[in-house]
Amino acid sequence: MQPNFVAMGGFVLFIGLSLVITWMAARRTRSAEHFYAAGRSITGVQNGLALAGDYMSAASFLGIAGLVALSGFDGLIYSIGFLVGWPVVMFLIAEPLRNLGKYTFTDVVAFRLKQGPVRVASAFGGLAVISFYLIAQMVGAGNLIRLLFGLSYETAVVIVGIVMLAYVLFGGMLATTWVQIVKAVLLLGGAFLLAMLVLVQFAMNPLALFAEASRQYGEAVLAPGRLVSDPLDAMSLGIALMFGTAGLPHILMRFYTVPDAKTARVSVAIATAVIGAFYLLTFILGFGAMVLVGQDAIRAVDAGGNMAAPLLAEVVGGQAFLGFIAAVAFATILAVVAGLTLAGAATLSHDIWVSVIRGGHASEREQLVVARGATVLLALASIALGIVFKGQNVAYMVGLAFAIAASANFPALILSIFWRNFTTRGAQASMLVGTASTLLLIYLSPTIQIDILKQPTAWFPLRNPGLVTIPLSFVVGIVVSLLAPEPEAARRFHEVEQRIHFGE
Amino acid sequence: MEPVSNKLRALDAARWRIAVSLTVAMTLVYVGFILLIAYGKPLLATIIVPGLSLGILLGALVILAAWILIVIYVYWANQHYDTAIASIRRDSGPR
Repeated sequence: MQPNFVAMGGFVLFIGLSLVITWMAARRTRSAEHFYAAGRSITGVQNGLALAGDYMSAASFLGIAGLVALSGFDGLIYSIGFLVGWPVVMFLIAEPLRNLGKYTFTDVVAFRLKQGPVRVASAFGGLAVISFYLIAQMVGAGNLIRLLFGLSYETAVVIVGIVMLAYVLFGGMLATTWVQIVKAVLLLGGAFLLAMLVLVQFAMNPLALFAEASRQYGEAVLAPGRLVSDPLDAMSLGIALMFGTAGLPHILMRFYTVPDAKTARVSVAIATAVIGAFYLLTFILGFGAMVLVGQDAIRAVDAGGNMAAPLLAEVVGGQAFLGFIAAVAFATILAVVAGLTLAGAATLSHDIWVSVIRGGHASEREQLVVARGATVLLALASIALGIVFKGQNVAYMVGLAFAIAASANFPALILSIFWRNFTTRGAQASMLVGTASTLLLIYLSPTIQIDILKQPTAWFPLRNPGLVTIPLSFVVGIVVSLLAPEPEAARRFHEVEQRIHFGE
Repeated sequence: MEPVSNKLRALDAARWRIAVSLTVAMTLVYVGFILLIAYGKPLLATIIVPGLSLGILLGALVILAAWILIVIYVYWANQHYDTAIASIRRDSGPR
């Protein structure tokens, strides 16, 4: 593909817009509360859109559209899996989380336990999730810029890293929240417009589109196929997607930007509605690309199918529309990377530096300095990792991030909120075993052993370890807590019960 | 901080019941869908009307189910939970 000046214009315009937002937000970011939690001034609808913005990453828009275009029905399994995590967040996590914590989900786990040990353990899990998620986004961004603008992959990754750094550093949570809102609206609007332009050619009837797809590529595209050949593999990925959402640090962090639990509830409802609508649109975008662009043309540009949506935009709306969709896709990646970096910075500075190293006593000024230092560190790390992991599959990497989140964070979070006898050691053990076992089994999986290291066999049969590691993490947390009870933590459980309902 | 009142304990139990039932409902719907994909491929390949397979229909219905469960929860929380919390707050006086 030739460098595309219209797309470049759209891209530069969005970056400019987001920097203006950042500059405006920066003037209001005076305290740690502003930096991490946007001064708790975000409304339910705004936060719902920001949550949706954080969630609809490169994997959703580029990855799923591509998967559906290339393999039909099988791609939809990802769409659906990514959505069903939201009701879980709503029923079990959102309101207790808002009422019990301050800046990060670790505040909740550590609430009645010993602060230091819990925070250190949870930092491992949190940073592992953030790293895998960051790598996926950076790889996606690098490929997209390389394909559209003709820049080298490495240059693209560095550019994304620097721009992201700029607005997290100066704007903090308020800026990333606004960037996410703008982006969520643009992405949903862009996807909707694209879907309409496709449907116009099929008398506004999605079934006519699906029928045309099955006429061209056979009825198999409307049925489950080879992508999920192994039932256990499908189950494991499904479980990881479902419970992973409730353990993603950058998502959980957004519940602290709203004033109270009721607003948190509203924001999950809005987010689920928006994300569900978006994933229903991916049905149309995917099959639209399959029919109107053609599988061979999509594969010719990128073997992973990641360019299906932009190519579809070019076919139905011309160069200008391609530019718009490309800019939206960039914005998506940029904004998600910013959100992740912010969550990582919060873990490093709030959980580790302020709470553990300084024993909870650090001035506002010092907290901000440390948070910004952590942001720079993470930006450099993500640029480096993005370059190292060049050529990895984006959707797969995100699936692994979900598996770590579901194993490392979700069990400890649930047990700390709902189980009286949960202990500091139980929390530590659950989070550390969850993180370590997931990373180990990923390493031993066919993807690493057979596909990357070219070994003849793999030690562990599942590509996503969630089916083993999530129950394991629960069991470890419960057994360790029962073996060594912590009367102080159990005694203080009534404070949890009280605050879950009333907040501070 | 005073010990948790009986009224709050009952409300807590009710919230917990609702939350767990709805989570189980979502899990059953989704796991059922995954199991059908894994073991019922020919069934999901059934074409209902031209262009619509049972698999695509059920997939869209899973998303719809997620929405419906969320609406049920929000309705319950807004109607019952929030009023109950407000009444307990009144009973215990200004905190």
